[in-house]
Amino acid sequence: MKPDRERKIRLFEQMLLMRRFEEMVIRLSTEGHVLGHFHVYTGQEATGAAILDLLQDDDLILSTHRNHGHIIGRGADPGRALAEIMGRVDGFNGGRGGTLHLCARSAGFLSTSAVVGGSIGLAIGAAYALKESQGDAISVAFFGDGALEEGIAFESLNIAALYDLPVLFVCENNSGGAAGAAAGEYPSSEMHAKQLIDIPGSLGIRSEIIDGADVSAIQQTVSGVLAGIRARRGPVFLETRTERWPGSRPLWPANLTGFTDLSMAWDKSKISGEYAAWIKNDDPVLLLAQELVETENVSQATILEIDQRVVEQMSSAREFALDSPLPEAATALSGVFAGKDHSGTPSRSSH
Amino acid sequence: MAYKTYAEALIDALYQRMANDADIRLIGSWVLGLGPQRDLVDRIKDDFPERVMDPPASEAAVATLGIGSAMAGARPFVDIGTASFVFEAWSQIVNEAANAHYMSGGQISVPVVFHMLHGLRGGGAAQHSHSPQGMFWNCPGLEIVLPSSPRDVKGLMNAAIQSNNPTIVLDHAKLLGIEGEVPDDDDFIIPFGQADIKRQGGDVTIVATSLMVQVALEAADAMSQEGIDVEVVDPRTIVPLDKETILSSVEKTGHLVVVDEANISCGIASEISAIVAERAFASLRAPIIRVARPDSPVPFNAVLEAELTPTSEKVQAAVRKVLT
Repeated sequence: MKPDRERKIRLFEQMLLMRRFEEMVIRLSTEGHVLGHFHVYTGQEATGAAILDLLQDDDLILSTHRNHGHIIGRGADPGRALAEIMGRVDGFNGGRGGTLHLCARSAGFLSTSAVVGGSIGLAIGAAYALKESQGDAISVAFFGDGALEEGIAFESLNIAALYDLPVLFVCENNSGGAAGAAAGEYPSSEMHAKQLIDIPGSLGIRSEIIDGADVSAIQQTVSGVLAGIRARRGPVFLETRTERWPGSRPLWPANLTGFTDLSMAWDKSKISGEYAAWIKNDDPVLLLAQELVETENVSQATILEIDQRVVEQMSSAREFALDSPLPEAATALSGVFAGKDHSGTPSRSSH
Repeated sequence: MAYKTYAEALIDALYQRMANDADIRLIGSWVLGLGPQRDLVDRIKDDFPERVMDPPASEAAVATLGIGSAMAGARPFVDIGTASFVFEAWSQIVNEAANAHYMSGGQISVPVVFHMLHGLRGGGAAQHSHSPQGMFWNCPGLEIVLPSSPRDVKGLMNAAIQSNNPTIVLDHAKLLGIEGEVPDDDDFIIPFGQADIKRQGGDVTIVATSLMVQVALEAADAMSQEGIDVEVVDPRTIVPLDKETILSSVEKTGHLVVVDEANISCGIASEISAIVAERAFASLRAPIIRVARPDSPVPFNAVLEAELTPTSEKVQAAVRKVLT
């Protein structure tokens, strides 16, 4: 099923929210509000938005260090997400997790693990629990191409296939282009397989390669496989390919392509500079805006209105996050075990 | 003597050992992590390109690549990166490397070095801040090295690379930038199992390792303003451990504070406290105090992280308490 006009507009707004969110994260970092290293989802918005849009409320999601887009794309509050990235008490994790570990359980997230390949293993566990339950919920694992370098990927894929576990594996391959070791940067994916999907394919897992910047292609494929996963007929593996965003430098993200100017979607003459090729050919947000205007009869004004709404939403999110206090030092040891209140006294007898 | 950073001294030693011994291989070249000193590794990559491998993110296989090649006669130096990642290779190091010599009846030796950056680095959160030295200490068969100064890292790296046993070298991420005097001799070696008295004193013994040595020295300087004379003992290697230097110091001062960034339970502070309690109980004039990280995962937020971090102030408070 390809998305219709209204759905595409909705997906566009979700993608734009992810984009404006990451632009805000980088801005807050530049202003000194973000501690430590972080990873952004810029350039991969179409993948997250298109897949999350097709999921049920009771599906469970596992993500990685590059989780921001997944969290807010699933409808979790961007203000609380920003607060967590700044370590504030109103963050999803109360400031304990930070950017690498944003976890919104109410939105179906069990973990965003920074252990490479971690989400793959946890997702088969979630799927195992879901398979035993009565419903048709599934688990979804988001991970990067580098995760397949870890042994846990193979072990988990094998178990998922053996037991027909209801899990959708989404390998977001952002290693396209010249990034990685060849450019003298942090080593990117190093996998001696002709195709990444040959790895799950060798275990008999249905596997597909999709253009990760094309919401229609993604939704067509995903909607075609979800019913089988929900019917417990076995896992499915998707490789979604995107060109790496130039600002996703390995050491520290930098907004090299600038604050996204949506008018570039219909006025290509505005695109220039060192990163023009990515902006013109690979920016999924601009590509969808262009499609909406050119083939779906959406006015430029409508696009800009959506943007205004998103920018205002991000502005409130920023305000909410900056207003949120830092946690009290005295709470540092609360929350190590379940079933205890903040003073460390058992709130119910679980031990 | 030259004045160098810890990172420079570390790389000098690695470079020189690779220059001297063609069997040494570097598996994983991000020895200094992603910090500002990372380019210091470049001269190793430039001068010995055929002996440097940058493997995929496959810690378990990479560990056994090191262990298996060491069993077969190579001398690999394996960089794990952030110490938290070593858990991916835990079985290989604990079950294979640590056991091989004993289990083979002495036929097999495993001259591999595993290098990693440990510790609280500010915003690392729970999956990038581990100090697994106590866990390693629970695995007989591993030598464990915890340098605390530019001088020591040079001498200890030289010893680690020449050791015929599986050796864990843990550098604290926050030590890489500190400066100090380093002997010029390329072959300068600090033999394992020789503690160093980093500061002489008669009132209280502080035993500390890695970055905590620097924290203890800072505390000792502050205490001297109050007329309290602190001795700082740095074991430098915990396997083998120079128990005699620790015990002699405690016999002299009668008071012991142990400072450790690992969790307080089953950490370095626990074991050293137990040894002193067993063997120098009669010399102790007050109960031993451990200053270590409370038993909790590491929080992301800076306020919470600071609350759990052993600091000079916390060490000073412990010294005052042990003397009252």
